[in-house]
Amino acid sequence: MADYKLPLPIKQPESDFYWEKAQAHELWLCKCNTCDQAYFYPRSICPKCYSTDVTWIQASGKGTLHAYSIVERGPIPPFRDAVPYVAALIDLAEGPRMPTNLVGVELDDEHIKIGMAVEVTFEDVTDEVTLPKFKPAS
Amino acid sequence: MASLSKTAAIVGVAESDQIGIVPDKSALMLHMEAARNAIADAGLDKDDVDGFFTAGYWNYDVAEYLGINPKYTDSTSVGGSSFVIHVAHAIAAINAGYCEVALITHGQMGRSARAPYGRDPNLPAAQYDSPYGIIGPPVNYAMAASRYMYQYGEERTRQALAEIAVSTRKWAQMNPKAMMRDTMTFDDYHNSRWIARPFHLLDCCLVTDAGAAVVVTSAKRAKTLPKAPVYVLGAAEHHDHSLIHQMVDLTVTPAAVTGPAAMAMAGVTHKDIDLTMIYDSFTYTVLATLESLGFCGPGEGPDFLANQRSAPGGDWPLNTSGGGLSYTHPGMYGIFLIVEAVRQLRGETGERQLKDPKLSLVNGTGGLLSSTGTIILGVD
Repeated sequence: MADYKLPLPIKQPESDFYWEKAQAHELWLCKCNTCDQAYFYPRSICPKCYSTDVTWIQASGKGTLHAYSIVERGPIPPFRDAVPYVAALIDLAEGPRMPTNLVGVELDDEHIKIGMAVEVTFEDVTDEVTLPKFKPAS
Repeated sequence: MASLSKTAAIVGVAESDQIGIVPDKSALMLHMEAARNAIADAGLDKDDVDGFFTAGYWNYDVAEYLGINPKYTDSTSVGGSSFVIHVAHAIAAINAGYCEVALITHGQMGRSARAPYGRDPNLPAAQYDSPYGIIGPPVNYAMAASRYMYQYGEERTRQALAEIAVSTRKWAQMNPKAMMRDTMTFDDYHNSRWIARPFHLLDCCLVTDAGAAVVVTSAKRAKTLPKAPVYVLGAAEHHDHSLIHQMVDLTVTPAAVTGPAAMAMAGVTHKDIDLTMIYDSFTYTVLATLESLGFCGPGEGPDFLANQRSAPGGDWPLNTSGGGLSYTHPGMYGIFLIVEAVRQLRGETGERQLKDPKLSLVNGTGGLLSSTGTIILGVD
């Protein structure tokens, strides 16, 4: 883990909780109680209605693949050695869409299908940081 | 409010002295060469400029280097569409009396810069996108293209992307300033290496060193200048997200707002347009944008583009400079769309000149399909 070379998130005050829960292998979302909608990414004021009546909910970790790219050329040097990998957008069961990597799957169009069911998995990339990723639903 | 249509005109356009691979220049030198060339093209002097517009750098950093002390300054910075939006803002500022001669500049060492551009690690992208290698335009736009293929069919989408790449190269072959002038066959396109699937190398724009500048003034003053005014007939701007996961529909860009608004302001319809200039960061950007602009319906782009309709000799000329795909693309390409449209409307483009074009639609796209500016340009 000490030699992990890829970019790490720099937590912000409104996202400390998100990343702490990720370390505990849980995916949490902000939910606005006024519009009754979960949203991504975390903000303490609802971006839709500006309500401050916002709480955290634990996501089911279930979703579907909305879009993806099998990346063959890394966009910055640390990723040049990480290719190929799958950049993906997931539509979570709770509604929001989030970016991630699709893992645990053969990297070809036969095994990766938009609309396929996926579920969250957690990768402890350093002692301090865990990244939520997604894999085909079991 | 009275319409601003045809109240101002573009009177000067230029690139920097060299574009392409220019390792012996700096970005600010490219701004300055382009500014000097565009002001000369307008038949004006540097000291006539009283409004200054740029993006990418702070306005006072660029203006100081250029020796310009404006009384109106606009640093609207929403990616590669910024300079098209600057035209919209310039006509408003000119009509409000804030300035009379607006200079818009761009210069970027996309290829040969000695120091990289950085992004603020405080921004959400650094937390939620970068750790996953979702960085930079190719990966993000590729995901959007995957969604289009899913919705509208992979094979016909692929053919449309190929039509765009090949037709754009044909135009570039008639532009001496274009970086890529070798013949591109459909096989060349399909056989080029993968960058981020579904994008081949030849789906992606160039990365070059280049600058450009545009001068805008009132219609009244424009009539006193040596070259025919290219009037701004319509203009509109919009952005609806920054990060790709916040884009509601990956197949519809903000051009769905700016295209109809700009055309309504100009009082024109799609069939009136003689030349379409669409920011081609990727082949897919063109496909999604032409549908969003309303040239055809959702998912109809592949039929609309079939059989090299956008190539020289076709009935829907597109990106006649050779575009970001084959002419130049330093990083925020939008200003070069304006340069080509103005030159075509003036009849200055030599071998690739269209026959007597009167109206051009210019659509810049910025960020991750995040922002657009659309302007309608016309000559009498």
